[in-house]
Amino acid sequence: MKFGIVTFPGSNCDYDAYHAVTDVLGADAVYLWHKAHDLEGADVVVLPGGFSYGDYLRAGAIARFSPIMREVAAHARRGGPVIGICNGFQILCEAGLLPGALLRNANLQFVSEPVRLRVENAETMFTHQYRAGQLLRLPVAHGEGRFTGDAETLDRLEGDGRVVFRYVDAAGEPTADASPNGSARNIAGIVSAEGNVLGMMPHPERAVEAVLGSTDGLGLFQSMLARVSA
Amino acid sequence: MSRFRVSIHIVPRKGILDPQGKTVADALHTLGFRDVADARIGRHIVLDVAAADAAAAGAAVREMCDRLLANPVTEDYEIAGVEGL
Repeated sequence: MKFGIVTFPGSNCDYDAYHAVTDVLGADAVYLWHKAHDLEGADVVVLPGGFSYGDYLRAGAIARFSPIMREVAAHARRGGPVIGICNGFQILCEAGLLPGALLRNANLQFVSEPVRLRVENAETMFTHQYRAGQLLRLPVAHGEGRFTGDAETLDRLEGDGRVVFRYVDAAGEPTADASPNGSARNIAGIVSAEGNVLGMMPHPERAVEAVLGSTDGLGLFQSMLARVSA
Repeated sequence: MSRFRVSIHIVPRKGILDPQGKTVADALHTLGFRDVADARIGRHIVLDVAAADAAAAGAAVREMCDRLLANPVTEDYEIAGVEGL
């Protein structure tokens, strides 16, 4: 089981993702430079957080044209797992591998804080080690995380169980105040129609060891490990 | 081939919350400009493009908008001007 972690110019969570999947999870991993044309046998592609291309124009808008993205899209079309975290989620939306878009946070502030999430779908290849309705505490750190889409897109995501994580309050309710960015319907993470591409704004790779304040992100990597190794 | 300066306006689509625009509209109201019904803040891009004629320059820039410069999910764009250089 091998993770391929893409490094774009401006990525800054690639080391965190590498640490999480190698030192903590015990899997193999390889860094993939954005100009590469080959996934080097990676079973799972991780598009990490950061500020690829300085977030110029729109977050993720330029990274989606990096050469490696052609291979990432082909991998996704073959059913290969792809996870985009934070800037990676923005890139997946810009690339059309996930629907919708991520806009400037409603309060116009960069938010860096732990948030509460509810697992809305525990059947995906990314979340089957969690329970449906389980509450997680993961950090967010973004300025453009307000997920948006037209009503039809949002209804389809909801109806097909493709909303995977939602921002919730301490009681587990998706109130407006619980969302750090004003995202539509408190959506924090979604999967593709085929279920093999996940995008999420919170950072599971920063919550995999007690010393980091939470181990709630580990289940996501364990889910992928169990599913891909099986 | 001639050169053209092409100006593009890109704004958040109507119906999409534009917190910057809303804040600016509120500030204008505070200053007494009560006739402002709405403000949307986007970006203005000026390209220097070589093309056979103005129509070709416009067509090329529209494709650039569709593929990169504007996000079709959240933004509307218009070509505000094509000027020969």
